[in-house]
Amino acid sequence: MWQRHPSVSRAFAAQLRRDLTIAFRAPGELVNPLMFYIMGIALFPLGVGPGAERLAEMAPGVLWVLALLSTLLSLDSLFRRDFDDGTLEQLVLNVDPLFTGVLAKVLAHWLVTGLPLAILSPVAALLLFLPASAVPTLVAALLLGTPILSLLGAVGAALTVALKRGGLLLTLITLPLYVPVLILGAGAVAAQINGVDPAAQLAWLASILALMLTLTPFAAALALRVSLE
Amino acid sequence: MAALLTGRGLRCERDGRLLFDALDLDIEGGAIVELTGPNGSGKTTLLRCLAGLTGDFDGSVERFAPISYIGHRGGLNAQLTPLENLRWYAAVEGAPASAAMLQALLEQVGLAGCALTPCQQLSAGQQRRAALARLGFVSAPLWLLDEPLTALDESGCALVRDLLQAHRAAGGAAVCATHQPLQLANVQHTPLGAAA
Repeated sequence: MWQRHPSVSRAFAAQLRRDLTIAFRAPGELVNPLMFYIMGIALFPLGVGPGAERLAEMAPGVLWVLALLSTLLSLDSLFRRDFDDGTLEQLVLNVDPLFTGVLAKVLAHWLVTGLPLAILSPVAALLLFLPASAVPTLVAALLLGTPILSLLGAVGAALTVALKRGGLLLTLITLPLYVPVLILGAGAVAAQINGVDPAAQLAWLASILALMLTLTPFAAALALRVSLE
Repeated sequence: MAALLTGRGLRCERDGRLLFDALDLDIEGGAIVELTGPNGSGKTTLLRCLAGLTGDFDGSVERFAPISYIGHRGGLNAQLTPLENLRWYAAVEGAPASAAMLQALLEQVGLAGCALTPCQQLSAGQQRRAALARLGFVSAPLWLLDEPLTALDESGCALVRDLLQAHRAAGGAAVCATHQPLQLANVQHTPLGAAA
């Protein structure tokens, strides 16, 4: 029998690599939330009318609401496939401490949803005539806010993974928790447009991120154990 | 031999059906326990109780050693190759995982030619073999195997027997829920389904 030398960092790296490999094996699922984001935003000039002023006024809120919804769209698959094929049982039994495995999964999720969304957001901002001066603030706010969405979403996804149709419940659990991120994120962009320093909102987002980074992996790990009962 | 796991007064009900009651289990190093019983008699439930995956039962389970559990869902990602799946298990287990070692394990279970084929393209038997391959490096003394022989051909069943024999010789123990007899000597039989 081979000697057992479990290493948290090695397990973390392996989990990250595994989830990223799976994500890139199914590129359709990968681009789905991003397509949803861009297309959802492209609908606004069509629905509201192409008036630059009116669109620019709505832009911070619209850009953030769509970011929330497209993250939500991608959440259900976070643990679903692992649950279906039995890997989740193995994760719970073998990864010690479990929250490190959860954190690796959430990081992988953010790298394939939140990060590309933040990178794509200047294009989306262009569609809504967001002033160019506010674009760096938008990207910064999304870089701080989308990991919070992934972390909070992981708790909801872990709680609902055992349910056959957990989608609605997942929305009900997760969306209210997203509200502070929405208010602060859109508020930062709006402040920049109005010539106010958005540092306060960005600092709030950063502190919420730090808090969620320390709390949600434990909560999600606990929820996974409950879901597997 | 030291006890690896003891269960005392295990009782479990599911949907108003009594699966097992007042069940005592003593599993010591070198023991192979064959759980038998008709479909729905609680074999998988008992294994999950022993593994610690569910706490929804009465009685007490004490584990004195690490366990390795292979469920009826093999725990393989369909998009990944057997090699990639195995590499993840090796990493979380803390087992050394050079490409040559993992390749040797796959060869041992007869999957040398499929190491780079995504699991979804493998047959049910090949997938089961891929799931069993990691028994080659787990160091847990107690194995809990749910239907290890399902979908396996004659040589596959022989492979499981060999793995179990080697494990037993090294002082390990195993609990197998199975419908097909393991055909091993000195196996403890624990039939379920009598309570119902």
